[in-house]
Amino acid sequence: MALDILVVICIGIGLLAIGLGVVGILRFPDVYTRLHAETKMTTLGAIFICLAVILTEGGVYLATKDVGHIILMLHTLLALAALGFTNALSAHAIGRAAYRSGIRPELSVVDRLKEVKSDD
Amino acid sequence: MIRYLLTFICAFCTYLVLTAGSGEIGLWSAFEIGAGVIIALVVAAASTKWFCPSTDYRMANPLRWILLGIYICIPFFLEIIRANIDVAIRIITGNINPGIVKVNPGLKTGFGQLIFASSVTLTPGTLTLEANEKTGAFYIHMLSVPQDMVKKKTVDAADIFSYFKIHEWVRRIAE
Repeated sequence: MALDILVVICIGIGLLAIGLGVVGILRFPDVYTRLHAETKMTTLGAIFICLAVILTEGGVYLATKDVGHIILMLHTLLALAALGFTNALSAHAIGRAAYRSGIRPELSVVDRLKEVKSDD
Repeated sequence: MIRYLLTFICAFCTYLVLTAGSGEIGLWSAFEIGAGVIIALVVAAASTKWFCPSTDYRMANPLRWILLGIYICIPFFLEIIRANIDVAIRIITGNINPGIVKVNPGLKTGFGQLIFASSVTLTPGTLTLEANEKTGAFYIHMLSVPQDMVKKKTVDAADIFSYFKIHEWVRRIAE
């Protein structure tokens, strides 16, 4: 019972994070600020939803002692690791590509990268 | 030869994780272990060149991987949670102050720079835009630049994160 509540809380936090990410994409002004909302909030959402899967499987394993559930937990962890790495790298790649193709950050208070690029 | 062996061990361990629960020898069947050895030999032959390009074997030390696990579970995860709450508030209120700052954590190895850049990118509110491998400087887009950072030419790495000294952790793991 306590486990069920924990799982529901995890799914709730995950959905809230992903939902806020969507709102962020709509609200923020340019590509860099949108990347913040889009990639990071969804990563946190995915982490908590995977956590819910792991907790559920752990509960089922304790009840049935079937090794298959442990394996599903392991695979979920592996998927989470892959998601974390690729999400970070893709956000970096999109941001870098946007800067190189000449999109300047809007409303920016400071831009140290521009100073370097103009020196080249 | 050592490089080939290390790649083989990594490939074999990945195979074992993916096929756990197939039989009675530990968690694996004899067929899966045999197939794993053959596949790992082939994979290692194909990928040694880019998986283990240098002859610097410091990352072969399992303690460093354990430390990486601890780092991800405690300081990094707490930073992610803290920063997510901060970004969530900024999404709702629309109170943003974006800018690109320069940080030099003084990391020399490629793997350390990769972990630091990924940590910065995965922490909401900060995004690595560009890295200079030679000087070790990172150009980070921040969703909200504090007033005192606007004036500074190079920002302290410790100021990017709030609770933990992430660059110290990364140095302990990778260098």
